[in-house]
Amino acid sequence: MTELTIHQPHQSSPPVLVSLRGLTVSFGSGASRVQVLHGLDLDVHVGESLGLVGESGCGKSVTWLAALGLLGANAQVQGEFRLAGERFDGLSDKALSLIRGRRIAMIFQDPASALNPVHRIGQQLLEAVSLHKGLKGEAARAQAVRLLDQVHIPNARQRFDAYPHELSGGMNQRVMIAMALAGEPDLLIADEPTTALDATIQAQILDLLSEVRRDQGMAMVLISHDLSVIAQECSRVMVMYAGRAAETAATDNLFRTAKHPYTQGLLSCVPDVASPQKRLTAIPGQVPEAGRLPKGCSFEPRCAQSMAQCSGLVPMLSSVEPDHQVACFLATP
Amino acid sequence: MTPLLQVQELRKHFQVSVPEGWRQRKANLRAVDGISFDLHAGQTLGLVGESGCGKTTTARLVLGLTEATHGQVLFNGQPVAAKRDATWRAQRQNMQMVYQNPLGALDRRLNVISQVQEPLLIHGLGDALSRTEQAQDLMVSMGLPKPLWHRYPHELSGGQRQRVVLARALILKPSLLVCDEPVSALDVSIQAQVINLLQDVQERMGVAYLFISHDLKVVRQVSDQVAVMYLGHIVEQAPPQQLFSEPLHPYSQALVSSVPSLWQRSNPKRHILQGDPPSPLSLQSGCVFQNRCPHAQAICREVPPRLTPLTSERQVACHLVSEQAVLPDAPLESLA
Repeated sequence: MTELTIHQPHQSSPPVLVSLRGLTVSFGSGASRVQVLHGLDLDVHVGESLGLVGESGCGKSVTWLAALGLLGANAQVQGEFRLAGERFDGLSDKALSLIRGRRIAMIFQDPASALNPVHRIGQQLLEAVSLHKGLKGEAARAQAVRLLDQVHIPNARQRFDAYPHELSGGMNQRVMIAMALAGEPDLLIADEPTTALDATIQAQILDLLSEVRRDQGMAMVLISHDLSVIAQECSRVMVMYAGRAAETAATDNLFRTAKHPYTQGLLSCVPDVASPQKRLTAIPGQVPEAGRLPKGCSFEPRCAQSMAQCSGLVPMLSSVEPDHQVACFLATP
Repeated sequence: MTPLLQVQELRKHFQVSVPEGWRQRKANLRAVDGISFDLHAGQTLGLVGESGCGKTTTARLVLGLTEATHGQVLFNGQPVAAKRDATWRAQRQNMQMVYQNPLGALDRRLNVISQVQEPLLIHGLGDALSRTEQAQDLMVSMGLPKPLWHRYPHELSGGQRQRVVLARALILKPSLLVCDEPVSALDVSIQAQVINLLQDVQERMGVAYLFISHDLKVVRQVSDQVAVMYLGHIVEQAPPQQLFSEPLHPYSQALVSSVPSLWQRSNPKRHILQGDPPSPLSLQSGCVFQNRCPHAQAICREVPPRLTPLTSERQVACHLVSEQAVLPDAPLESLA
């Protein structure tokens, strides 16, 4: 039995590790240009676990792909990004590659497609070890086996020579986590790391993630559409809607006093195993398309509490109490 | 009252080729290995389990889409045949299926209202006008207003597509709807809409659901009875309140405790299973869960446990629990 949640004192927040300011991302050009992120501000503190939650298309994954320069030529990315105080936006690919994997590592939803199917997992792990740590030969191999041990892959020495298809989904995700740990990053971005996995395996992987995070003292951003996964693992949450932050707060705070109508809706529309069975309160309507956002608050068409000003102005993210920001005209300190 | 659907000792084994070095070896894959359950009219039976446990094969067997290796399915007291003859076709009117991916289940080149009325056309019911009227009425009641009727599937959102699939399944007024992961592909806010719609439809039309999902939260929300499957076997069947507050089978316990809760931050009884489910190709004798079970004993490696009734509405297939049932003094907490 391990402790599942780690709560940091928020009064004396640790220093900011990564900060993104005014991040905007759009795809395409001319008339077909579609903006998917509209000036997102986000801080990740040293050693904290931040949850990013939202429905598909809200920009939670694009945020980090954009920050790490992984979006490709079709995307226009703007914003000011800092890692431990140093700007890293607009860096060349070569300079960024010193950050990717070594300072900020990322794991993805589907481990089977993130691993190369024609190479043995040990080989792929060795590549990461030699790239990030400059190790070669026996030393690299020993380090790779140590990493497999660290993510609790049984018989690490034998599994070293296995191909991804010979391992289960959960094992492959462990290999991905081992590869991410190879560079001893300060920040691990886990993009829906358990969505493709079964319930009992999901519990194993979440447990492993909080264990390695604690051992390495690294920060983690957990991207998920599942609020209950975030509730278990993260000390702070940011709720995103249609390319903007809707609300951000300490997890306990958010669940106790959700201020944004969308967060309130999310909390009441998920069936919960620990509460009595009752009819779900659905949020009416659907998420607006990225290219066709309403003029004002993008949640206004679905919001039961919308007012006159909501359809004309976009609410800014503002503090309602220490460590709790909401982008809604209804929310007052 | 005879149940609407009776499944008796149903088995489905597939012959598969397994690579063995440079050769292929024939092997017997036991996808479904002797399951029995009843489903009464207007009720919902939730079927949960991890991928590969035989949920979807069970659905296909129930609908007569695959021939069973052993056992039978009775629908309204009549055996469901896997042979596609007139009886099978007549039975199809009363049993329908909803799939996980609505875009894959819909015809992309046909507008949605034509797809909703097509089942009536296939079964030769009514004339063109009455078919269209029925489809329109049903679609409105399912939250698909007039502007959407003549759209194509790609012009609808995921939630709307699933409503179309549901309307198409319900237009024949079936008494059984098999739902295979009907909300898994949808976003949470849309999931709640579709779950509520399914519950409204059940209340209005009295249709019974065989509801298959890997998401325990959703199954708990919709079901009257929940059957937990593991490697082709039902290991526990109980009403959701009982199953989720006090799971008895060690696998159900692990499954229930692995579901993260919004409000209960750290689950004190959480226990995490080690390892992965074994391959259904190489099953040993005895209990299917023995390799991952923290309480496995000698008997578990030899004798497969049978699904045994504990109360009128609760059955468990575990040697340890059945023993406890005989000896009520023994504390059940020793299992938790």
